[in-house]
Amino acid sequence: MKLYTFKKGGIHPPENKITNNQPIKVAGLPNQVVLLLSQHIGAPAQPIVKKGDMVKAGTLIATANGMISAPVYSSVSGKVNRIDMQTDASGYKRQAIFIDVEGDEWEESIDRTPTLIRECDLSPEEILGKIEKAGIVGMGGAAFPTHIKLKPPKGFKAESLLINGAECEPYLTNDHRLMLEKGEELLSGAHILMKALGVKQSYIGIENNKRDAIEYLTKLTQNDSGIKVIPLKCKYPQGSEKHLIEAILHKRVKSGALPISVGAVVQNVSTVIAVYEAVQKNKPLFERVVTVTGKGLKEPANYLVRIGTPYQFLINLSGGTSEDTGKIISGGPMMGKAVADTSIPVTKGSSGILLLSEKEAKRNEVVECIRCAKCVEVCPMGLNPTQLMTLSEFNQWDKAEKEMITDCIECGSCSYTCPASRPLLDYIRLGKGTVLTNIRNRKS
Amino acid sequence: MVLISVILLGLIGLIGALLLYIISKKFETTEDPRIGKVQEVLPGANCGGCGFPGCGGFANACVKADSLDGLFCPVGGAECMGKVAQILGKEIAATTPMIAVVRCNGSCSNRPHTNVYDGVKSCAIASSLYGGETGCSFGCLGYGDCEEACPFDAIHINPETMLPEVIEEKCTACGACVKACPKKIIELRAKGPKSRRIYVSCVNKDKGAVAKKACNVACIGCGKCQKACPFEAITIENNLAYIDYNKCRLCRKCVTECPTGAIHELNFPPRKEEKAVDVTVIEK
Amino acid sequence: MADHILIISPSPHIHSRNRVDKLMYTVILALLPALITGAYFFGPRVLLLTFTAIVACLAFEYLIQRFILKQPTTITDGSALVTGLLLSLNLPAGLPLWIVIIGALVAIGIGKMSFGGLGKNIFNPAIVGRVFLLISFPAQMTTWPLPEHHILDIDATAGATILTAIKNSPNVSLDMMPLLIGERAGSIGETGAIALLIGVIILLIRKVITWHIPVSIVVSAFLTAALFHWMDPAHYIPPHFQILAGGLLLGAFFMATDYVTSPMTSRGMLIYGCGIGILTILIRSFGSYPEGISFAILIMNAFTPLINTYVQPKRFGGGKKK
Repeated sequence: MKLYTFKKGGIHPPENKITNNQPIKVAGLPNQVVLLLSQHIGAPAQPIVKKGDMVKAGTLIATANGMISAPVYSSVSGKVNRIDMQTDASGYKRQAIFIDVEGDEWEESIDRTPTLIRECDLSPEEILGKIEKAGIVGMGGAAFPTHIKLKPPKGFKAESLLINGAECEPYLTNDHRLMLEKGEELLSGAHILMKALGVKQSYIGIENNKRDAIEYLTKLTQNDSGIKVIPLKCKYPQGSEKHLIEAILHKRVKSGALPISVGAVVQNVSTVIAVYEAVQKNKPLFERVVTVTGKGLKEPANYLVRIGTPYQFLINLSGGTSEDTGKIISGGPMMGKAVADTSIPVTKGSSGILLLSEKEAKRNEVVECIRCAKCVEVCPMGLNPTQLMTLSEFNQWDKAEKEMITDCIECGSCSYTCPASRPLLDYIRLGKGTVLTNIRNRKS
Repeated sequence: MVLISVILLGLIGLIGALLLYIISKKFETTEDPRIGKVQEVLPGANCGGCGFPGCGGFANACVKADSLDGLFCPVGGAECMGKVAQILGKEIAATTPMIAVVRCNGSCSNRPHTNVYDGVKSCAIASSLYGGETGCSFGCLGYGDCEEACPFDAIHINPETMLPEVIEEKCTACGACVKACPKKIIELRAKGPKSRRIYVSCVNKDKGAVAKKACNVACIGCGKCQKACPFEAITIENNLAYIDYNKCRLCRKCVTECPTGAIHELNFPPRKEEKAVDVTVIEK
Repeated sequence: MADHILIISPSPHIHSRNRVDKLMYTVILALLPALITGAYFFGPRVLLLTFTAIVACLAFEYLIQRFILKQPTTITDGSALVTGLLLSLNLPAGLPLWIVIIGALVAIGIGKMSFGGLGKNIFNPAIVGRVFLLISFPAQMTTWPLPEHHILDIDATAGATILTAIKNSPNVSLDMMPLLIGERAGSIGETGAIALLIGVIILLIRKVITWHIPVSIVVSAFLTAALFHWMDPAHYIPPHFQILAGGLLLGAFFMATDYVTSPMTSRGMLIYGCGIGILTILIRSFGSYPEGISFAILIMNAFTPLINTYVQPKRFGGGKKK
């Protein structure tokens, strides 16, 4: 089997995919769900319910607000308790709708039967409309509204659809399980997206540590020339859009350009399945698969979770925190965010909850840079992390801009690999943010 | 032999001198001599508090500007600006002396920690990550970005409270700490007569109960101070009181009124009725 | 709420098990074959000399950090140990111990600490120490004891390295075997090519270094030497002897690859390595010293900042600096 990958940099951290044989379990309903109005990149949604309103699962409770935004649907049936502030994974308080769960009634328009519907006679515009209406966003973590990604800007044309099943983050297995358990839905969703984009070819990129998924999907696509399964070498950060495109299409997206500039549209596996459910089953996005994992957990598992379920509820399902739990991470260990409080609810972009022990979580002592250049070696963007860190540390923003700090994808390979445990990404992230603000200020 | 060497070296010297002369003439730049003079009376700290890159930049701006309105050296103050105006023959408006004020009193004892931060000790980095080590996501993080930014060694983190403290004699109100603080806690306020100031030492915009739970000395937005203030100097917005230093007459009524002790008074003589206050504390 | 206090830090949340001290100890492990070979051929005094060099380096680092720089001491990170070991491997086995101690002082004090310690020095400290000794004590530094043990049935020429012998008269009989196993005159660690190769393979397998520097040095030195040999075989020895003789391998594998003083990008490393290879052969052929690797590395160390400035990594997507 020929394995594809990207050329420059990359690392291979211990995979720790301890839940890859755990079938997806339905998590059940908590007493209260908290639906954040800002679960996506862009303007927060506008609430259209008020305290005391009764809602069902699938009821629209907040509408999209502006160009880049997405609506929010209730994930449970019950009564709106209040609209209040809730800390989210960003560590700050955001507006959210709190709903007390009563029973489990769904909107009638949703098709809850498991029958697979392959045919889709909707026009591309109708498909896009359905995706936009269902509030689908990128479910791999970035949470960028999907319908915008599917509308290439003027002057660009999509040529191929790339489905991201790389799941290069250690520990996470939600996409892996979905590919195994919802393979048919995935392929149907892929065809819908291909129709919406007007492309003839799509590729599913899967890393080699998910052999069973590669074999299963290859078998399913045997007689389907439109979809090709591409086995990828295990290398982080292969799930990054630019690197997945390089691995599969052997094209490099230029600095500052969008993937569409090389004719590629990348969608995550979970997102494609959500598209299938939205278009064929009329089901808006209010459920997703979340991996709850960690070596200290009694029963790490993959759960089908209603959005808005508090992290604590899921952690309790898996056996609860133990004495030595030192860190709780929303997402994977490389790019996820450490959270301070477990009342944080699951959002559309939450792929996993990872518990690390105190020993795993603590950073090593920082020592002097020995200029070993291992960070330069692993940087997938061809940057010089140690130089960028120094520039950031001493507020040399203009120079950092010239050294293309804005190209950084914040994958963390540099910090991971540094033998002196230097906080490279911490400073680079700060510098990137400052430089981006400076550029914006200059333009306005 | 000796003669040839002498002539040769002499010639080389002559050509070099000529070249130097031509180049220096050709690329000669004339600078307004007043710029140098203005720069002489400026403090020379190059702190950037005026908004220009260093004292040279400020001097240049002063000379070029038609009037000195909006140009002010916070370090040198009115005295220095007077000298600048004298050199340039321009008028200046009187300005009130300012000072940096830290509007957070969430020390370790007032504001219990709810998590541990294990990253770079930098407020900018920590604040881009999350709200902070306590339940209050508005308050001081205590990693000392202000201390590092201060060019006058006038603000320091107190190791006990982990809060910055301003040394009044050294602070020049250049505003470097205001810019450095990602939480926007530090404010430049009027220094006040005899350095007497009253301000709300809290920037928490959470609802009263949430704020109080996170920090003992938070402003809960109850509005008692607003009612007590005879000069309408206090406004409440987003559950947070703010005292307008231009309207405040330093009567100190709000200070006694505040149920959480969030309003601070500085450099006032001790009160006479202090005992009465003590009794109420004991009664509670 | 969680029932206990959680740790918060920016991503990534996992880190590789690479640590500076671990890397340094791997280098020491990789140097052991060369040390053992040296000790076998030149006798137990080698161990005493190495021990002295290491202890002196550690002691000077500790004293300077403690009393002059007043900073926390970092002697446990292994870098001073590596410097001491490398320095001793570059010395003749018969060198008086007081000279070794002076070498250690120069290596740590001037080569490393005067720049601010690990990570900030421009020149490889061990080479600074060795070159200082070579210039200050030329007689002692070029008095090579003969191997004490004999595996090969050869008549070892007294007290001169092959390079010195060639310098004096180019018609020396050349034999490959002593060069490979280390039974020849020379400094402690440079004589056994096989031992050095074992060491560099350890470094490459453990990913402590990449292939770029050692390979580019050896290849460029080989090509340069081949060119000279082709032009005038009577004067210049064949290229494979140039590679095996003297300290070229020790320098190429362990000293030029020093992280701190070598370039950061792979292209930079190739330029740096080629520079060292060519300079070494030029110094050997035309300079007044028989050996040139130390000087070549020092010269290229000086160019490293320049190489780092101009040879930046290639950006993904071909972006250029604005």
